[in-house]
Amino acid sequence: MTGMQAMDAMTQQTPTIQHHRAGTAEPAAGSAAARSAATRSAATGPADQVLLAVDRISLRFGGVNALTDVSFDIRRGEIRAIIGPNGAGKTSMLNCINGFYHPTDGTITFKGERRAHMRPYVAARGGIARTFQNVALFRGMTTLDNIMTGRALRMRCGLWRQLVRVGPALREEIEHRQVVEEIIDFLQIQHIRKVPVGRLPYGLQKRVELGRALAMEPDLLLLDEPMAGMNVEEKEDMCRFVVEANRHFRTTVALIEHDIGVVMDLSDRVVVLEYGRKIADGTPAEVKGDPAVIKAYLGVAH
Amino acid sequence: MLYHEAGQYKTTYAQDMALLPIAQERWSLAGLLVVAFVGVPSMAFLGIPPFDSDYVFSAILLPFLILSLAALGLNVLVGYCGQISLGSGAFMAVGAYAAYNTAVRLPELPILVALLSGGVAAAAVGVAFGLPSLRIKGLYLAVATLAAQFFFDWLFLRVKWFTNYAPSGSVTAPPIDVLGFRLDASVERYLLVLTIVVLFAFGVKNLVRGAIGRQWMAIRDMDLAAEIIGIRPVYAKLTAFAVSSFIIGIAGALWAFAHLGSWEPLTFSIDRSFHLLFMVIIGGLGSILGAFLGTAFILLVPIVLSRLPAALGTPLSTSTISHLETAVFGVLIIVFLIAEPLGLARLWSLAKEKLRLWPFPH
Repeated sequence: MTGMQAMDAMTQQTPTIQHHRAGTAEPAAGSAAARSAATRSAATGPADQVLLAVDRISLRFGGVNALTDVSFDIRRGEIRAIIGPNGAGKTSMLNCINGFYHPTDGTITFKGERRAHMRPYVAARGGIARTFQNVALFRGMTTLDNIMTGRALRMRCGLWRQLVRVGPALREEIEHRQVVEEIIDFLQIQHIRKVPVGRLPYGLQKRVELGRALAMEPDLLLLDEPMAGMNVEEKEDMCRFVVEANRHFRTTVALIEHDIGVVMDLSDRVVVLEYGRKIADGTPAEVKGDPAVIKAYLGVAH
Repeated sequence: MLYHEAGQYKTTYAQDMALLPIAQERWSLAGLLVVAFVGVPSMAFLGIPPFDSDYVFSAILLPFLILSLAALGLNVLVGYCGQISLGSGAFMAVGAYAAYNTAVRLPELPILVALLSGGVAAAAVGVAFGLPSLRIKGLYLAVATLAAQFFFDWLFLRVKWFTNYAPSGSVTAPPIDVLGFRLDASVERYLLVLTIVVLFAFGVKNLVRGAIGRQWMAIRDMDLAAEIIGIRPVYAKLTAFAVSSFIIGIAGALWAFAHLGSWEPLTFSIDRSFHLLFMVIIGGLGSILGAFLGTAFILLVPIVLSRLPAALGTPLSTSTISHLETAVFGVLIIVFLIAEPLGLARLWSLAKEKLRLWPFPH
C-alpha cells in the first residue's frame, strides 16, 4: 500500500471510536472503504506483524554521536519500552521516528514503507502520535479545544464552510466533539473540560496531552516519559490509561520511562540504550537479567 | 442575579457550542444590535442629541467601527495565530488603493465590488509578506513585516499610476452607491459600515471557534506540538495572514471611501500600524470583543481628555491641553498594561465571573 492509499484509507474511517474499538469491518462500498476495512483487520491481525522497524539508525550532531547503529522493531498491538540511563539517546530515537530529526544513516520502515526524510506532520498523517517529556500543550486553549485539535487531520471542512458554520461545518464539529467527549470520559477529565490547560496541575496536563494524542486515533503512540514527576497515585492512573488505550483502541505504544517497575509491568518487550547504542533487547525478564543492563544502570565492582 | 445561568440546561453539543450559550448574553447582544441598527439612526433622524450632529458620526462612530474592523483583522494574526505584524498600515493602504483603482478604472462595477477587490489585493499582499513567517518568529518577523510598511509607503508615493497621476498625490474616492442608493449622509455610511463590521465580527468568531481557529491557536501556543498532531504550519500561518490582511484591506478601503473621502499616501503610515497594534494589545489578544474595546479606548480616551478641562471650567490653552492629553494618555496605557496585561477583554471576563456569583459572596 502506498502512502497516499494509506492516507485515503485513514480518512475514510468513520470518526467514532467504537468502530475502531470493535475492529469489525463494515460492508465495503467502493475501493476506499475496502482498503479501510483491510487496514482495520490488519490492525487486529497477528501480533507478530511489524508496524515499525528501525534499521541501523545513526544520528550525529557535529562531533556528538547521539545514536549509533540502533536497530529494533515495534510489532502491531504491543507496548514497547525504550529505557536507558540519562543521555542514552531515547528521546533522540523518538524524534527520529516522528520526523523531528533526520537520522544521519539508516532507514525507518513504517507500515512496510521505507522512508528517509519526513516532516512531523507527514508522520502524523501516517498515524504516529506523540506526547512530550515536558508537557507540550496549547496553554491558552481549554482542555476540550486541546483535544479537539488532535482531530485536526480528520476535519475536512474548508475555510468558507467554517466561516458560516451551518450545515456541514457544524455537523462535522459535533461529530468530532462526540469522539472527543468519549476520550474525555475515558481519561476521566470531564470536570476540566472548559478550563484553560495553563491553569491545570501537572498530572492533569499530562493526561490531557495523552488525550490529544489519542484523539488522533494513531496506529503508533510514542510516549516520552508519561509518568515523570508524578506521585504514585497519578502513576497508577496513567499506567491504567496506557494499558487501556493499548487494549481498547488497539494502539501500538512505544514508551520511554525511567520507572523500571512500571516498565517491567507494562511492556511486552524492552529495548535498552546506552550512550546511543543498543545494549539489550527482549522481554522484561530477559532484559532484567542481562549483565550489560545491570552494568549500565548500577555499574560493576572493580 | 443578573448573570445566573443555573437552570439553563444544555442537552446537545450544538447548544453547548452555540455562539452565546447563556441567555443573558444573547439578549444583551441582541439589544446592542437593535440600538446600533435602529436606535442610533432613528435618534439621528429625530434630532435627539448627541446623535443630531454630524460630528458624532464622522468623528467618532465611523472611525470607531472601521478601526475596530482593522483591529479585528490584526487580532486574527497577532492574537490568534501569534504572528506579530507591523505592516497593518500598509495592508490598509493596499486595500484603499486597490479599491480606488478598481472604482476609477472600472466605473461600471458596483462600489461594493471595488471594496471587495481592496480586500482581495490586501490578502494577496499579506500572504506574500507572510512568507517570511515560515522561517522567522517574534520580533524578527515584526521587522520583516515592517518592510511591507516602508515598501508600500514608497510605492503609493512614487508610482503615479496608483494615484491615477493626481498632481498632488492626493486622491478622491468616488461616491458610494449601494443597489442604486447613493450614501451621502454620514448616517447612511454608518449603516453600511456597521453592517459590514457586524458580518465580519460574526464570521471571524465562527472561524476562531472552528477547526481553523484551533489550528491558528495551536501554532501560536506551541508550533512544534502543532506540527506533530498534523497541522501544516505553512497552511495555518498563511491562512491567518490571508484572512487577517483581507479584513484589514476592507477596513482600509472603508477608511478611504466611507470615512475620509479623499486622502494622501501618508494617511496609512507606520503610525497607523502602531495604533492598530496598541488597540489589539490593550483590548486583549485573542478576543473579538477586545478588538472593539481596544479601539474604543485608543480612540475615545484622547477625545474625552481633550474636552475635560473645558468641561471642568479650567481655562487652558489648546497647546497645553494637547500636551497634557498625550501625557495622560501614555500614563493610562502603562497603568492599564500593568494592571491587566491581558487587556480589557480579560477585565470583562473577570467581571462576568464575578457577576455569576453576585450578590452572594460564594
